[in-house]
Amino acid sequence: MIGALKMMIWRDVRQSYASGGTWLPVIFYLSAATLFPFAVGPDRDLLLQTGGGILWIAALLATLLPLDRLVQPDLDSGFHDQLLVRGIADELIAFARLISHWLAFGPPLLFAALLASGLMGLEGPPLITLLASLAIATPALAGLAVMIAALTAGLKGAGALGGLLLVPLAIPLLIFGAGSLADQSGSALLFLSAVSLLLVAITPFAAGAALKAMRE
Amino acid sequence: MRIDGGDNLRAEALSCVRGDKLLFRDLNFTLEPGQAGLVTGPNGVGKSSLLRLIAGLLEPFSGTIHVPTSVAICDDRMALDENLPLQDALRFWASLDDRLEGDCADAMGAADMGHLAEVPIRYFSTGQRQRARLARTFLTAADLWLLDEPANGLDTASVELLGQSLQAHLKRGGMILAASHIALPISFNLQLELTALEEMETPQ
Repeated sequence: MIGALKMMIWRDVRQSYASGGTWLPVIFYLSAATLFPFAVGPDRDLLLQTGGGILWIAALLATLLPLDRLVQPDLDSGFHDQLLVRGIADELIAFARLISHWLAFGPPLLFAALLASGLMGLEGPPLITLLASLAIATPALAGLAVMIAALTAGLKGAGALGGLLLVPLAIPLLIFGAGSLADQSGSALLFLSAVSLLLVAITPFAAGAALKAMRE
Repeated sequence: MRIDGGDNLRAEALSCVRGDKLLFRDLNFTLEPGQAGLVTGPNGVGKSSLLRLIAGLLEPFSGTIHVPTSVAICDDRMALDENLPLQDALRFWASLDDRLEGDCADAMGAADMGHLAEVPIRYFSTGQRQRARLARTFLTAADLWLLDEPANGLDTASVELLGQSLQAHLKRGGMILAASHIALPISFNLQLELTALEEMETPQ
């Protein structure tokens, strides 16, 4: 079972990086960060105050970009069925997807956030808090992406529906994540960790149930 | 109910419902090791659903199906990564099934795909794609092969070659259940003819 998990993760990660799809969220993220100073003007204090929040919103939006290639291609190509026939459960497939998607999504996004924070003039402790909050949240964002991709697989207009589904589900992450930037006590980061852990923990089961229901 | 781990394939009063439609009901048959079965019937009568049901991809509406421990299904979908060369794409399934590198070469040879081992799958023609699917199936060590139109898109020589692989699988004590409109060059021990059911027999 562990061997199968490793192989599925390795295949997904290799495919994501080889197809170049991994860099799409990064480019999107950097463009959003570049546009923001043009829109609000080069006022340093204003950028410092709002920059972290903007980078957080850009991270949520970047989550939406890879939705259509997380689950649907493997369902269409029969790959998913071939895994099931070998006795691999939907939940394990979803779990492998969660890990592989995080590996292809989390580190590049953090790297992009590091570059983008330069454009906002963020440095020192606020920068470290921002990167820490994003690092804690990216597994949850990857989990949300996998859940939504599984729920909307096979539907018409899955992309638009995915956007609608993500917004309410990501609100707790945004509140504690962006909230941690102004919070000195560190408790916002702890709440963020709790929310992130919860979302990661339910992802294999929620996505697995969605995939099962689709076969009926 | 689907029970796996048996020696043979055995259906008892098997019924299948897709959507609101009853596809077949009270199906009884047995396939012993070394035997082959052929499912026939018009389009849409439930041949593919029967194969998917045996593979565990659909739940029976009622009845019981006993299946051997390992099952392989070959339908019209690739389940191979389009951008990878054939041998690399096959290697994923080979390592998942604990097969060796030599088995990969054998499976490609049996499907006459050895010379295309290094060609990415997206360049394959219809017939080559079908042979790649067959190679993927030959590669499994499964006892029971479920083949959905295995000869689709194949030329006469390839159908002969397919027949040899099927024959070899039966000789090893394997089982085959195929749905095919094209005559396959093996003798079948079992013929299952599915017929369209009357509308009034739709369950409520």
